[in-house]
Amino acid sequence: MEIAQNILLTIATAATPLLIAAIGELIVERSGVLNLGVEGMMVIGAVCGFAAAILTGNAWIGVAAGIAGGALLSLLFGFLTLSLATNQVATGLSLTLLGIGLSGLIGEGFVGKAGVRLPTLDIPVLTDIPLVGRLIFGQDPIFYMSIALTAGVMWFLFRTRAGLTLRSIGDNHKSAHALGIPVIRYRYLAVMFGGACAGLAGAHLSIVYTPQWVENMTAGRGWIALALVVFGSWRPWRVLAGAYLFGAVTIGQLHAQALGFGIPSQLLSSLPYLATIVVLVLISRDRRLTTMNTPASLGQPFVPDR
Amino acid sequence: MIRVELIRRPQQSALFSALSPFIAFALTLIAGAILFWLIGKPPLPALYSYFIEPLTEIWSVHELIIKATPLILIAVGLSVCYISNNWNIGAEGQFIFGGIVGSLLPILVPGFGGPLLLPLMMIMGMIGGAAYAAIPAFLKTRFNTNEILTSLMLVYVAQLFLDWLARGVFRDPNGSGFPGSIRFPAVARLPEIAPSQGGAHLGIVFAIVAALVVWFMLRSTLKGFEVRLIGTSPRAGRFAGFSASKMAFFAFLTSGALAGLAGITEVSGAIGQLRETISPGYGFTAIIVAFLGRLNPIGIVAAGLVLALTYLGGEAAQISLGVSDKVARVFQGMLLFFVLGCDTLIHYRIRLVRRAIASALEKS
Repeated sequence: MEIAQNILLTIATAATPLLIAAIGELIVERSGVLNLGVEGMMVIGAVCGFAAAILTGNAWIGVAAGIAGGALLSLLFGFLTLSLATNQVATGLSLTLLGIGLSGLIGEGFVGKAGVRLPTLDIPVLTDIPLVGRLIFGQDPIFYMSIALTAGVMWFLFRTRAGLTLRSIGDNHKSAHALGIPVIRYRYLAVMFGGACAGLAGAHLSIVYTPQWVENMTAGRGWIALALVVFGSWRPWRVLAGAYLFGAVTIGQLHAQALGFGIPSQLLSSLPYLATIVVLVLISRDRRLTTMNTPASLGQPFVPDR
Repeated sequence: MIRVELIRRPQQSALFSALSPFIAFALTLIAGAILFWLIGKPPLPALYSYFIEPLTEIWSVHELIIKATPLILIAVGLSVCYISNNWNIGAEGQFIFGGIVGSLLPILVPGFGGPLLLPLMMIMGMIGGAAYAAIPAFLKTRFNTNEILTSLMLVYVAQLFLDWLARGVFRDPNGSGFPGSIRFPAVARLPEIAPSQGGAHLGIVFAIVAALVVWFMLRSTLKGFEVRLIGTSPRAGRFAGFSASKMAFFAFLTSGALAGLAGITEVSGAIGQLRETISPGYGFTAIIVAFLGRLNPIGIVAAGLVLALTYLGGEAAQISLGVSDKVARVFQGMLLFFVLGCDTLIHYRIRLVRRAIASALEKS
């Protein structure tokens, strides 16, 4: 039974970065902005986090640097799409390309160095409860942050006035503007929140998941996070379910690779990507349901008339 | 506090439409100089080795053409996609699949030769790329699935599939265990255009022909009108009797076929065998090429040469100044950012408003 707990623990660790990045993007998309640069912000978060953790010897400073790196990069996206009203799809893509390039440059001196790992929680007695102790009381701090983040975003979106305002902007920016809501300001904040989350997700990869820097180490997780937002039909708890489903697929294929079975490792490695496609097909099959759930002004540039 | 205000122009600015790629390039050079200064390299010599040095020797101009070939081929196809509002960002995967399917004959039927071999390889490459691009098009039209995510996911799948082939079933049995297929015989290699000077192969001719054909198609045919109409207004397209689904297939199959052709020309022309990786990210860089070329095939030829220069310049700067070759990727990303930002000038005038002054004016 200890094996079951260990497997669940690894699934949680694999799901956490996906969840954090997807929750951030959920807020961005709820405000009506499509930021395809998640992968780029995440990889910048990973390299900034790793570098800062090594240079200072403090994993928490690394986490903070990851968040700052992601948020800073998202500001670039915000300036172009919000202040200059550029095409969001193309700008997001360029953010990913720039992020991957920049992270390679920043991380060049850090390849192969041993990183600083964020210690997991360890509460005497509680963590040692058999079967569930480590699952509930013995994980890394970012795991708890991801759960709190999901709950917080749920509360914010559906229980606060600002959350309602944010959703109204995402559904109809023209009406929101006519009501005197500062659309662009809200969107800047949403985009930066998304960037900070993507940065935190990246820092989790390079400080908790595998404390090292490898170029392109996000390996498409940013894109999977984008797919998770669609999969979760822009609702936080469904995104959480999706993230854990993908965590399970990732860990499952890793175990299958270790066991062999004579299946080519490349086929197993491609399972998470294939699963993303299958899940997207299943969820978007019903055109009416998708239209109903998608924020209505998602991806459309907005220029306030004066 | 300074705020940016956009004021819509009554009509598109022809001046900025022509100037914006050049402004973007100039801004990239300035930002690049700052970047070099930041990492402690002399900015001007670094820029020289990036953008001038590769053009000073004939063999290196050949290298430039080799790198520009796949970029132009892929970007020309992507322009059809992007103009018609089909967001194919999986050209890298279609490139790989074209390379694989195009290589089937020389690898599986080594005895097959003759003048038909190369044309068959090229056609099979195009079919491979188009078939792989048909997947996101089918999922988009049949199941309403977002083509951005599916086409991108298929890139990872294609990379892993190629890796499996090159290390497994297609591995050269006499290759002493190294991954990679047999080296193609001379009949399966694309001929070089000027063998005495350098390695540039026939692929660049394909690229220029493709650019001209697509340019003519977009400009002067009903199909081209359909592409543009569906892109700007799907509703108007429907009223005109055009089908958005058929257009999605047309755009994806066209760009897939061209990316596939780029893949097999790269394998047959530049590399000479099927390796576990055959692309340094051409499929993604081509997205930048498409936008820098203003989604116009003729502009794309020029933009392809510029982006190819960043690849070569990266190598040159690494040798002469010890600048990391990663800088090339940063250059490419910055370039796209500046292009997109400058494009705003075509539709809008930009006014900077100092917030303090603005509120003072309101008070008076």
